[in-house]
Amino acid sequence: MENDIGLWGVPLAVLGGAIRVSTPFIFVSLGEAITERSGRINLGLEGTLVFGAMAAYAVAVETGSPWLGVLAAMVAGSGFGLLHGWICSFPRVNDIAVGIALMLFGMGLAFFFGKPYIQPSAPNLPAIPLGDWSSIPQVRAALNVNALFVIGAALALFLWWAFKNTKLGLIVRVVGDSADSARAMGLSPTTVRLFATAAGSALAAVGGAYLSLYYPGSWNERISSGQGLMAVALVIFARWNPLGCFAAALLFGGAGALGPALQSVGVTQGYYLFYAAPYILTLVIMIATSSPGRQLAGAPGELSITK
Amino acid sequence: MSHSLISRRTLLKTSAAGAAFGAAGLPFSLRPARAASATIGFIYVGPKDDYGYNQAHAEGAKVLKGMSGVTVVEEENVPESVDVQKTMESMINLDDATLVFPTSFGYFDPHMLAMCKKFPDVQFRHCGGLWHKDKHPANAGSYFGYIAMGQYLNGVVAGHATKSKKIGFVAAKPIPQVLNNVNSFLLGARSVDPSITCQVIFTGEWSLAVKEAEATNALVDQGADVITCHVDGPKVVVQTAANRGAFVCGYHASQAPLAPEKYLTGAEWNWATVYEMYAKHLLAGEPLPNFTRGGLADGFVKMSPLGPGVSDAGRKQFEATLAEIKKGGYAVIKGPLKDNKGKEIAAAGKAFPETAIELESTGFLVEGVQGSTS
Repeated sequence: MENDIGLWGVPLAVLGGAIRVSTPFIFVSLGEAITERSGRINLGLEGTLVFGAMAAYAVAVETGSPWLGVLAAMVAGSGFGLLHGWICSFPRVNDIAVGIALMLFGMGLAFFFGKPYIQPSAPNLPAIPLGDWSSIPQVRAALNVNALFVIGAALALFLWWAFKNTKLGLIVRVVGDSADSARAMGLSPTTVRLFATAAGSALAAVGGAYLSLYYPGSWNERISSGQGLMAVALVIFARWNPLGCFAAALLFGGAGALGPALQSVGVTQGYYLFYAAPYILTLVIMIATSSPGRQLAGAPGELSITK
Repeated sequence: MSHSLISRRTLLKTSAAGAAFGAAGLPFSLRPARAASATIGFIYVGPKDDYGYNQAHAEGAKVLKGMSGVTVVEEENVPESVDVQKTMESMINLDDATLVFPTSFGYFDPHMLAMCKKFPDVQFRHCGGLWHKDKHPANAGSYFGYIAMGQYLNGVVAGHATKSKKIGFVAAKPIPQVLNNVNSFLLGARSVDPSITCQVIFTGEWSLAVKEAEATNALVDQGADVITCHVDGPKVVVQTAANRGAFVCGYHASQAPLAPEKYLTGAEWNWATVYEMYAKHLLAGEPLPNFTRGGLADGFVKMSPLGPGVSDAGRKQFEATLAEIKKGGYAVIKGPLKDNKGKEIAAAGKAFPETAIELESTGFLVEGVQGSTS
């Protein structure tokens, strides 16, 4: 049989899966990293992701331009972020509770407005064929990289650099580590967190746009299946480090592709177990790196879960 | 989550009725008897325009909306949990539904059976369940179509279209209906060329878009060039497969508009036949059948029009096989046949036509299918 790649299909599928599946994780976890670095947790990103997916799809269907869809998702996402930041700016408001409320609100709103867009087909985001050097179609397919993935990778690098080396990065970190010092410096923690949450939500919504406009590339009410929530967990897993977020997202994407790939080469027993692989991996790494003696390394001091 | 059997809506309704009773001071019946009119409830597990399972049922429900005397109430996106019990309760208590169709597989046991006991005057008919008169209440019942025959015809067309002699199947869960479809798809293809194999990938859930796309990619990576599926919404599978250049056979409803060039044909439900039959019985005050089954000949199942990728030879064999099936008694599972672990399923001369009740508890994949039921 020509083009029979046999067992090579598994590593190839994991690589392809890492590239295809990871992008929403990258954007949501980078967004959440910005928000959490400023000392606030936004658990509503699952709702923002779903709403972003819907908004992007709807705008792409109506205008015929997927990039306008991505833009619409960003605008809608920052709207959700501003709402979260604004509500949390009142005294004695719990950011986690607000996040959960906004998650359900975002999903409900997306289902409501998204009803007429389940059937139409939207134009997809373009892919960059990085595999053209290969004569094997499977490799070419795996290396068909979407522009958003590249942007996500660049963004991870940029954020990692910016947190360390720019004034803006310093401001976000100071606000996140000690609100009192920030006030002493003349900064307003509430304002900084408001914009950090808005920026984080805008990125999460771009993750949603990737889901509906590229992979799997259609809008329906179950498009996300909890990816926004997992990405929030990834941030802790990645120790609030943007590069770590990127790596963790790749790992998750690749591990998620393992189940179908193993079945396709004939390892067919126990696929439910393989599907749990990403979660088992998370547990193992969390246990291996945890310590009862010290606080999580890299945790912003103002976070309500670590305070 | 509340374990109380009284839903919020039930409580609201009861207290509202109590208030009205107190105000008017007149006794009135909660459920007035109406001649030749009925409210029928439909419950879907996903959106009713999903290009798939739910859309097929909703298209059937739409036909009932045009019947005089019938009021249709619908609810979408109801999980296969205690939620569906609450939905059924509110349809019965609030909307006076006297016939309820909980259409998803997981609604049957224990949810629908619990409601059957609670509301003995209401009729429940479930899609796909295996109703048995000794085991289940008399106001319950089940209906289904022999859609595996449609997957057999998909297989015939796929057998003519495949060049790699390998076809792929994206399946949700290893339940009998799914396994019958996988087996039929391969056996249809093998009626064209006995060397064809079929790779099946189970995603584990009825609707999991990313995993369905990954499964489709994995199948194409392994050389499968005709793909079909049994998931709730085939849209993702059809689009992903067509993007990778593979042919697709549809399922549940027609997905031809999603991939006009690559769509060969598809096995579609035609639930309007079943729902009209039930509604007519209900309006006439006649008892409803408890166990309803039908196939291509009965109009329960239909095939999508053949696409441009079907060869003349494929078209010819498709039409001949379809005519043969419509005569009745056509057996896909017939001896000598082994499962993919080498165990004999049917000895030579033994045949299981579509009506065979054994097929409703299928637990095997036939020889030539690469995959496992657990």
